Amino acid sequence: MNTPVTELQQDNADGYITADGRKIGSVMMDLRSITLRFGGVIAIQDISFDIRQGEIRAIIGPNGAGKSSMLNVISGFYQPQQGEVWFLGKKRPPLKPYQVARQGIARTFQNIALFEGMTVLDNVMTGRLNHMKTGWIAQSIWLGSANKEERINRQKVEEIIDFLEIQTIRKTPVGRLPYGLKKRVELARALAAEPDLLLLDEPMAGMNVEEKEDMSRFILDANDEYGTTIALIEHDMGVVMDLSDRVVVMDYGRKIGDGTPDEVRNNEEVIAAYLGVPND
Amino acid sequence: MPADFLYGVEVVLNGLMAGVMYALVALGFVLIFKASGIFNFAQGVMALFAALTLVGIMQGQVPFAHLINEIFGTEVHHFGWEVPALLAILLTLVVMIALAWSIQKFLFKHLVGQEPIILFMATIGLAYFLEGLGDLMWGSNIKTLDLGLPQGGSRWIEDATAGLGGDDFYGFFIDKLDLVATLVAIVLVLSLIAFSQYTKHGRAMRAVADDHQAALSVGISLNFIWVLVWSLAGLVALVAGVMWGAKSGVQFSLSLIALKALPVLMLGGFTSIPGAIVGGLIIGVGEKLFEYTIGAPFLGGATENWFAYMLALMFLVFRPQGLFGEKIIERV
Repeated sequence: MNTPVTELQQDNADGYITADGRKIGSVMMDLRSITLRFGGVIAIQDISFDIRQGEIRAIIGPNGAGKSSMLNVISGFYQPQQGEVWFLGKKRPPLKPYQVARQGIARTFQNIALFEGMTVLDNVMTGRLNHMKTGWIAQSIWLGSANKEERINRQKVEEIIDFLEIQTIRKTPVGRLPYGLKKRVELARALAAEPDLLLLDEPMAGMNVEEKEDMSRFILDANDEYGTTIALIEHDMGVVMDLSDRVVVMDYGRKIGDGTPDEVRNNEEVIAAYLGVPND
Repeated sequence: MPADFLYGVEVVLNGLMAGVMYALVALGFVLIFKASGIFNFAQGVMALFAALTLVGIMQGQVPFAHLINEIFGTEVHHFGWEVPALLAILLTLVVMIALAWSIQKFLFKHLVGQEPIILFMATIGLAYFLEGLGDLMWGSNIKTLDLGLPQGGSRWIEDATAGLGGDDFYGFFIDKLDLVATLVAIVLVLSLIAFSQYTKHGRAMRAVADDHQAALSVGISLNFIWVLVWSLAGLVALVAGVMWGAKSGVQFSLSLIALKALPVLMLGGFTSIPGAIVGGLIIGVGEKLFEYTIGAPFLGGATENWFAYMLALMFLVFRPQGLFGEKIIERV
C-alpha cells in the first residue's frame, strides 16, 4: 500500500534519537562544499556538514583549523567563494550579517562583542530589535502601540535574564562586569532574539571550572527549554564530549571527522591531529 | 542689591542663552561622531543649508533658478506663492533627510572602514560642496528669516526686575528670541535623549555607536542607522540654522558657527550629549563674564572672539578627553 508521504514526515523520518532520549529533527542548516579563501590562504576547503533541528552540534579542531571562519560563513560575516548554504530548506543568497540575524540566526563572539557603555538590560534588549515591528515614526512620537510592544519585549527580556541568573546586574553597565559575566550577558542577548539557530564561538574560553559548569548548564537548558538549535566551537574536550550530540572535526581548513562524540573520539585521523603521529 | 552685582547676573543669564546657541551646533557634531566616528566639519554648512532652504521654500523661490534661466533662457525666479512657516519647516526637514540619505549613499557608504582622517577630509569636501549647492539652489544674497518669532528685549522682564536694584539699575535686558531659542533647545535635547534611551531605533543607534560587529550580529543595518543619524544631525542643523538665522540673518558666514562649536566640543567631550550642553553653557557664560569683568575694563574689549579658543586650549593641555568624554585608558 502506497500512502503518500508528505515532505515534513519524510524529513522527520530522517531525524534521530539521542543517547539521552531527545528527538532530533530534520536538517535546518546544510553547508555544501564550502570553500573560503583569503587571498592565497585557504581557510576552509570544500567542507560539507549539516545541523539538525534541536541538536547541539560542536565544531572542534586545533588552532587555525578554520572553525571561527566556518561560524562566520554561517552568520554572514564572511562570504564563501564556493559552496552553498541551505537554511530551512532554502538556498541562501549572499546576505549581510544583519540580514542573516533577521532570519533567526543569533551568535556570540570569541572576543565578546557587547555594547560596553550600555547596561545589561539594554544589551539584552538589543537582542529583541528584530521582534519590534512598529515604524520609527511611531517610535519617535511614542505611540501606544510602540509602548505596548516595548512592554511585551521587556517581559521576554526579563524572562531571559532570570533564566541566566543575572538579575542582580541588570542595571550595571557591561563595561564594569568581569569576563565570565560578560560571556553570560552575550549569551542572554543572543537568546533574547529567540533564534532558530544559535552560534556560540568558544563560549567557555578563559573560564574556570565552576564557570564552565554554569555555562554548560545554561547551554543545555537553552536547548531543552527553548528548543534552540545550537552550533558551538569549543576547545575543552571534556565539555564538548558532554554537551554535543554530533561533532565536526576540522584541521587545516579540511573536515577530518564527523559523527557522535564516541565516533569522533576513536577516529584515527582526529587522534593524529590532536596528539600528533609518530614518525616511524 | 547692588547694581553691579545685578549687571553681573544679567551677563550670566545672557551668557547662558548664548551658550544654548553654541550647544545647538555642538549637538549635531556629537550625534554623528558618536554613531560613526566621523568628525563632521560640514555641520555648520548643514545649518546654513537648512536655513537657506527654509527661507527659499517660504518665499516660494524656484530652486536652481539661475541655472535654469541660464540654460533655457527663461526668466523664472519665484513660484508666486508663499508657504506658511510650519509647512516650510516640514518640507525643509524632508530635504534634510534626503540630504542625509544621499550623503550616506554616495559618500560614506564607499568609505566604510577608512581612517578617521580620510572621513574627516571627506566632510571638508562635503562642506564646500554643500556651500556651493546652497548658493546654486537659492542664490548668494543675504536673506532675512522671518518665522514670526518674538524678537527684541523683553519689556516684561525689564519692568519686573527693575525694582531689584537701586536707581542705577533698569532691570534685566533679555532678548525674547534667546528665550525662545533656549526653550526650543531644551525640548530638542529632551526629545533626543528620550529617543535614544527608550525607543528601538534609539537603542540601535547607541548599539552602533558602541560596537559595529555586535550591532550587526543582532540584526542592525549599519547603513540605516547612519542615515538616521545624519537625518537627526540635519534636524539639529535646521534648528540651529533657524535660531542663528533669525538672530543675524541667513548669510554664508552662518557656516562659521561650526568653528564656535569646536571649543564647546573640546570642553564637553566629543561623545557626550550632556557634555555638549554643559560645554556650550560654560563657553557662553565664560566669554560674557570674562568680557564684562576683565576684557572690557582692562584688555580693550572684543575678548569674546578668542576667549573660547583659549579655554579650549587649556582643556586640551589638562583634560584632553573633555569634561564628559570617554577617558582614554590604554592597557599595556
